[in-house]
Amino acid sequence: MTAVDTPPSANVGTTKLRKEDAHLVTGRTQWTDNLQLTGMLHVAVVRSPMAHARVTKVDVSGALEQPGVVAAFSGADLADHWAGGLPCAWPVTEDMQSPTHLPIATDEVRHVGDVVAVVVANSRYGAADATEFVDVEYEPLPAVVDMEAALADGSPLADTQLDTNRSFTWQKIDGDVDAAFDSAPHVVERRFINQRLIPTAIEPRAVVCAPPREHREYTMWSATQVPHILRLMLALTCGVPEHELRVIAPDVGGGFGSKLNVYAEEAICLVLAKRLGKPIKWTESRSEGYQATIHGRDQIQDVSLAFNEDHTIRGMKVELHADMGAYLQLVTPGIPILGAFMYNSIYKMDALSFTCHGVLTNKTPTDAYRGAGRPEATYAIERLMDEAANELGVEPFELRERNWIKHEEFPYTTIAGIEYDSGNYEAATAKAKELFDYDGLRAEQQRRRDDGDPVQLGIGISTFTEMCGLAPSRVLGSLSYGAGGWEHASVRMLPSGKVEVITGTSPHGQGHVTSWSQIAADALGIPFEDIEVRHGDTAVAHKGMDTYGSRSLVVGGYAVQVACDKVVAKAKRVAAHLLEAAEDDVEFDAGTFQVKGSPDANTTMQDVALAIFAAHDYPEDMEPSLDSDATVDPENFSYPHGTHLCATEVDTETGAVTIRSYVAVDDVGTVINPQIVEGQVHGGLAQGIAQALFEEAVYDAEGQLKTGSLLDYYVPGAPDLPHFTTDRTETPATTNPLGVKGVGEAGTIASTPAVINAVVDALRPMGVNDVLMPASPQNVWNAIQAASSASTTAASAADGGAA
Amino acid sequence: MIPATFDYVRAGSVDEAVDALKQHGDEAKLLAGGHSLLPLMKLRFAAPEVLIDLGRVEQLRGVCDLGDGRLAIGSMTRHIDVMDDPLVREHCGVLADVTAKVGDPQVRHRGTIGGALAHGDAASDLPAVLAALEGTLVAQGPNGTREIAASDFFVDYLTTSLEDDELVTEVRVPKIVGPWGWHYEKFTRVAQAWAIVGVLAMVKRSNGSIEEARVGLTNMATVPVRASGVEQALAGHSPDAIADAAANAADGTNPSSDLSASAEYREHLARVLTRRALEAAAR
Ligand SMILES: Cc1cc2nc3c(=O)[nH]c(=O)nc-3n(C[C@H](O)[C@H](O)[C@H](O)COP(=O)(O)OP(=O)(O)OC[C@H]3O[C@@H](n4cnc5c(N)ncnc54)[C@H](O)[C@@H]3O)c2cc1C
Repeated sequence: MTAVDTPPSANVGTTKLRKEDAHLVTGRTQWTDNLQLTGMLHVAVVRSPMAHARVTKVDVSGALEQPGVVAAFSGADLADHWAGGLPCAWPVTEDMQSPTHLPIATDEVRHVGDVVAVVVANSRYGAADATEFVDVEYEPLPAVVDMEAALADGSPLADTQLDTNRSFTWQKIDGDVDAAFDSAPHVVERRFINQRLIPTAIEPRAVVCAPPREHREYTMWSATQVPHILRLMLALTCGVPEHELRVIAPDVGGGFGSKLNVYAEEAICLVLAKRLGKPIKWTESRSEGYQATIHGRDQIQDVSLAFNEDHTIRGMKVELHADMGAYLQLVTPGIPILGAFMYNSIYKMDALSFTCHGVLTNKTPTDAYRGAGRPEATYAIERLMDEAANELGVEPFELRERNWIKHEEFPYTTIAGIEYDSGNYEAATAKAKELFDYDGLRAEQQRRRDDGDPVQLGIGISTFTEMCGLAPSRVLGSLSYGAGGWEHASVRMLPSGKVEVITGTSPHGQGHVTSWSQIAADALGIPFEDIEVRHGDTAVAHKGMDTYGSRSLVVGGYAVQVACDKVVAKAKRVAAHLLEAAEDDVEFDAGTFQVKGSPDANTTMQDVALAIFAAHDYPEDMEPSLDSDATVDPENFSYPHGTHLCATEVDTETGAVTIRSYVAVDDVGTVINPQIVEGQVHGGLAQGIAQALFEEAVYDAEGQLKTGSLLDYYVPGAPDLPHFTTDRTETPATTNPLGVKGVGEAGTIASTPAVINAVVDALRPMGVNDVLMPASPQNVWNAIQAASSASTTAASAADGGAA
Repeated sequence: MIPATFDYVRAGSVDEAVDALKQHGDEAKLLAGGHSLLPLMKLRFAAPEVLIDLGRVEQLRGVCDLGDGRLAIGSMTRHIDVMDDPLVREHCGVLADVTAKVGDPQVRHRGTIGGALAHGDAASDLPAVLAALEGTLVAQGPNGTREIAASDFFVDYLTTSLEDDELVTEVRVPKIVGPWGWHYEKFTRVAQAWAIVGVLAMVKRSNGSIEEARVGLTNMATVPVRASGVEQALAGHSPDAIADAAANAADGTNPSSDLSASAEYREHLARVLTRRALEAAAR
């Protein structure tokens, strides 16, 4: 089917090849690092090799003597240029402790990779070579690495300017938790570790900043997810008036949250452009990025569930230790807090207590990483449900079904106080079980157990939900977040009938240009090909809240729809005027305005656009324009859900785990473009499985990052991942006109517990009840060894008792 | 990420390379495929002042039959060309099979057999094959050429018995004659990665029993190791002896502990993988 065959009203719901791909796959991409500006200088950053130290001397004079070096600065040299430290927009408590975060440290460095000086040269290599001639003296301070030790009395401090490593303790209690637990017949309690991860977008970060030329403004190109937020925050941090700063996110190669931030290097490039009057470029190397770009996860989760005799849940307790790292970046403290709404997941209960200790350490800051707070919560609850099923002696699906919200119970206000508008867990689960051959695999599992097969089969379940569409602004306000969660779109009707859609979202791989074109094509009745979507440049898309938190379609796509509806409403008035009919008598369908009952009295959207451009004849009380703006603030989050099933083969001799099959049935509401949705699910699964089996950022006791490059940080490739069987159920969201729910993070959130549940399930007969993530061969083998030595000890204790 | 500055010399022949080595001494490094050297340079773990590129030395590429029961493989022969070479496939299939498990297609199209061996990396797959095959390397320096047995070539972690002014010109392996079977077990964290542990088993069968077994271990010490205890326990025995023999696979090894595996776990893996490799090779 070619695009031309598609009637203009039938774009939504069909797979359209992505408009973005031709230039991406033919190498015509405009990455920030591809930019070459006349007279451009290159910055190299001198970084702390120590996790924690006092900086006693920074002497850049040696670097200044190197060939091609134009300037070099210490933190002290540029201290007057910052109007403030790098921002944290989410002060979760009033007394939150936040280390001062200058773009270049002056007297204390707080993690390996912290910036101590910058060298500017006329080539990237020259700048890099000259960094070796910057003389920095450090007086080592004890490194704070372990979160729990950090909170113990007498612990060294991660920041000597503060008197505690506790950044905050945040609590939310719903229902009577004591009552739920006190007389509970069954309580299941576990500690889970959500290890630290490194986002690893394929395009490293890069920044170019040009000083004013014909306009009075600075222009910054950055590999960022958030050009609008960046503009505002940099204006505040660097004392450049907001209207004199234009930020452009050109093609951006992935982010996963790591580019949802305001980074030292962005502030540095702006200040250097100001100070030197030349365009400045910085591009991180992969190993530099591993130290200087935010990490994700890193939580210790103590969780327990109280059950009634009939296996219904009475309540849940959650106590988290969340590693903030050395600084609070843009939304660092808010990430674990988002989980507060998600630990109860799809289950009904009468009480939930959530306590989160945000802990400062001498490690790279953590912040949003694909899923941000929800994967951690989902992991804990879905692991815990499997553990509970095992302890209670029931089938894990049976326990889930006993407790989940039934489809007829929606809308449902959860114990955490948010309203799930829609969902159908029964339907998604039934479909997943069938695709998976659940009963067949259970039978095979039993056979292998009976045969003592060295390769055991495990089945893992994850019936998850999440909250997307960040976010209702008032809710964000109630959580002390520094901004709203609305989104903006505008539509420009061009005289020739073509359309420009301007969006405040900032895609970096998601395909918004295609999906937004589909929405606008249907809403306006204009061919898909006749629509251009512009984004990611504050001079073009002047208003926006950017892209993260699976919000773009749910909030930004919604804004596009509303903006288009406004165009149609105006055009209808013009059409009625031109057709000399009453507005109420004009119907709009698939791009045509038709006067009811007069087959010959009609006109098209394109003709109306031309007529209003000419403006010779239009209604008196109207401006001669069809263009529109829409800023929408969502009334609620959206709640995608689904059932994921994973079968793993675990080699009990070596500890090696292989995923044998994986089924993902997702309900993301109405689907705009099935292929894009499937792509998001695939990528999400890969990243969730990566956490389960492969990736971990490891620090040693001195705070050195041991997984400092892709040689030690195992990002899986296609050969490491199974074939994914994906399918959907479609329960439209009721809180936006498109019925969409968001899909960017679903795969990541759902898959990690599905995989680990499968690994544990395979090993359950050996006495294994948990495996540390990543479930690397070593970690799996350790779990088997520990279980077998525990059972030997138990057996010999039993022998002793009998003797 | 950005290597320190260096000078670049392109050698047109082995003699030119030797002259350049003589001239620059230990300040120079030979550049073959660059797949081990450049990663070290970009992290500035290595900062040679001069790179002597062997890429244009045609005489170092290709495979020939020495006529004495051995094949000679030019040191600059890329992994892909070793794997696909008809002589190698016919007479030394084990080398082709293990080479096919090195890295990924990009690595195999750039990396060379000479570079892989001269680098002396314990985690590299090829040293264990050469050890099991009892192959040799031909080195050429200002004082002429010498042939070095695999067992004498690997000295320590990233250290070989090659002199600073010598280069490897050839790798010599025996043609495999008789009813040999072989199998390489490569245990990795992700599909395209270095071995946590690798075990090459070669088994010569006669009349249902094992006449001779050779076991080469990758990454179980700073140099490739032959599991001689296992080999001896199998010689002249039936394949039923494999499980017991493999239990000795870690004897005499000295594996390291790192993020992927503790030494103890590596020893365990060596025993399991040796058993599996032997069973597959004896099949
Ligand atoms: C991503 C990646 C994955 C890899 N995975 C594997 C793997 O799974 N298994 C594996 O075995 N290998 C692996 N390798 C290494 C690969 O096989 C390399 O190509 C090989 O180790 C080195 O060969 P080279 O030709 O690239 O040598 P170079 O990197 O050019 O040189 C390596 C060293 O040998 C010296 N040298 C080179 N040629 C000679 C010569 N003729 N005489 C004397 N000294 C010489 C150089 O001076 C240098 O010190 C991997 C490499 C990469 C980058």
